[in-house]
Amino acid sequence: MCLAVPMEIISIADNVADVEIGGVKRQVRLDIIDEAPAIGDYVIVHAGFALRRLDREDALETIKLFQEGLNLELL
Amino acid sequence: MNSFDAFKDPALCRSLLGRLTEEATTPMRFMEVCGTHTVAIFQSGLRSLLPGTITHLTGPGCPVCVTHESEVAAFLELAARDDVIVATFGDLMRVPGPKGANLKTASAEGARVEVVYSPFDALALAKANPDRTVVFLGIGFETTAPTVAATIRLAREQSLDNFLVMSFHKLVPPALRALLADPEARVDAFILPGHVSAIIGVDPYAFLATEYGVPSVITGFEPLDILQALIHIVRMRRDNAPAVINQYSRVVPEHGNQKALAVMAEVFTPVDALWRGLGVLPQSGLAIAEPYAAFDAFKVLGITLKDHPPLPGCRCGEVLKGKMPPNECPLFAKACTPATPVGPCMVSTEGGCAAYFKYRLEA
Ligand code: SF4
Repeated sequence: MCLAVPMEIISIADNVADVEIGGVKRQVRLDIIDEAPAIGDYVIVHAGFALRRLDREDALETIKLFQEGLNLELL
Repeated sequence: MNSFDAFKDPALCRSLLGRLTEEATTPMRFMEVCGTHTVAIFQSGLRSLLPGTITHLTGPGCPVCVTHESEVAAFLELAARDDVIVATFGDLMRVPGPKGANLKTASAEGARVEVVYSPFDALALAKANPDRTVVFLGIGFETTAPTVAATIRLAREQSLDNFLVMSFHKLVPPALRALLADPEARVDAFILPGHVSAIIGVDPYAFLATEYGVPSVITGFEPLDILQALIHIVRMRRDNAPAVINQYSRVVPEHGNQKALAVMAEVFTPVDALWRGLGVLPQSGLAIAEPYAAFDAFKVLGITLKDHPPLPGCRCGEVLKGKMPPNECPLFAKACTPATPVGPCMVSTEGGCAAYFKYRLEA
C-alpha cells in the first residue's frame, strides 16, 4: 500500500500532480500535503495521495550526519 | 542518479553495522511496527546481518493482518448484496474470514469487487456506476485514514449519493500501549513507522518513554535509516535514557501534518476497535463522524459487526504480538504458504509470515 520511495513532480494541475520515479508514472492528489510542492520537488506517495514534500538538501544532510557521526566516534 | 540512492550506500552500511555490532553488548528485543519496515529489513538482508544479541520481532503494522475476522465477515456480508460494488485495495482480496471465505471467492460467486489503487479511484467508480452503490473498504492506519477522509469530503462536495465507506481504520499508538501492557510480549524497543509518523508527528509516542521507559526511533525505510535507528536504540538503553528520537526528520515534521490531521478529525471520530490477535483496544479505531453519517456504509446499509471466532490453527495473533516467530506456527510452510494462505500474515506481502516464508528463515 505504501510506496516508501520519493517520486518526482513532473507537472501540477489543480489538486493533481503527475509524478515519476524510474520511468514509472503516477497521478497523485495533493489534498492532504501540508506544504505545496513545485515541479522538480520530490514527494512521498501513499494510496494515490502525496503525503509530504521532500527536500533533496534535507536528505543529503541526513547522509552527511550519518557519516560525520561515524567519523567523529572512530577518531 | 536519484540523490536518495545514497541511503543504500554499502560502505556506509558496513560501517554502521560494525558500529552496531560493537555497541550491542546486552540482549535486546526490538519490534518494528510497520509492514513496510518488515519487508525492508528482510529484503535488504539486514535481518541476517544483525548481531546475535539483537532479536527482531515483527509487529502489528500490516493493515491487512490486523483486520479482525468479524470485520472480514462484515465486508463479505456487504459483498453478497447485489446492489453494491465493493472497491478495495488488492491486499484485502485473499484475507480469510469465517470458514476461509474471502473476497476472491465471493467474487467468483458473483459479487462485484473492484481493486483500486487509491480511495479516489473508488469515487470515480461511483460516478461511472450511478445505478449502484460503491462501497470502499477503508483499512489502514493514520497514513491511509486522511486519504480516505479527503475522499469522503470530496464526495460530499460533489454531492455523490452512491459512494459509501466502511471504515476499519486503526490507530498505531493504542496498539503500542496494548503491546507494552502485555507482559508476555517483552518488547524492549520500537522502530516506529515512518509514514504514520509523517501524519501524526512525534508527540503521540511520548508515553513509550515516559510511562514505559521504552526507547523508540522514528525512521525511514532504507538500510541506513534502520541501522542508524538501531544504534540510537542501543545507546539509549546503554545510557538508561529512553526517549523518542525522530531520525526521519526529512519526512516527519515534529508536530505532524496539520492539514491531514484536520481532515481526519473532521470526517472521523475515535472509537474502540477490534484488532486481530489484540482484541478490543479502547479508542484505537476511526468511525465516520456524525456530520458525514450519509457516507457510513455501516449506518446506511445497516450492517453490524458480529462476533466470530479466530481461524482454527492460525497463530497470527501471537505473531502480531511478537510472542512467536512465524516459523513456530505448526502450519507454517506446511498447510500455510503464500499460495495457500491460512491466515492474513501469510496473505499480505507486508505480513510477518509471508516475509519469513519468502526469505526462508529458520530462526
Ligand atoms: S503461518 Fe499461516 S497459519 Fe501460521 S500464523 Fe502465519 S498466517 Fe497464521
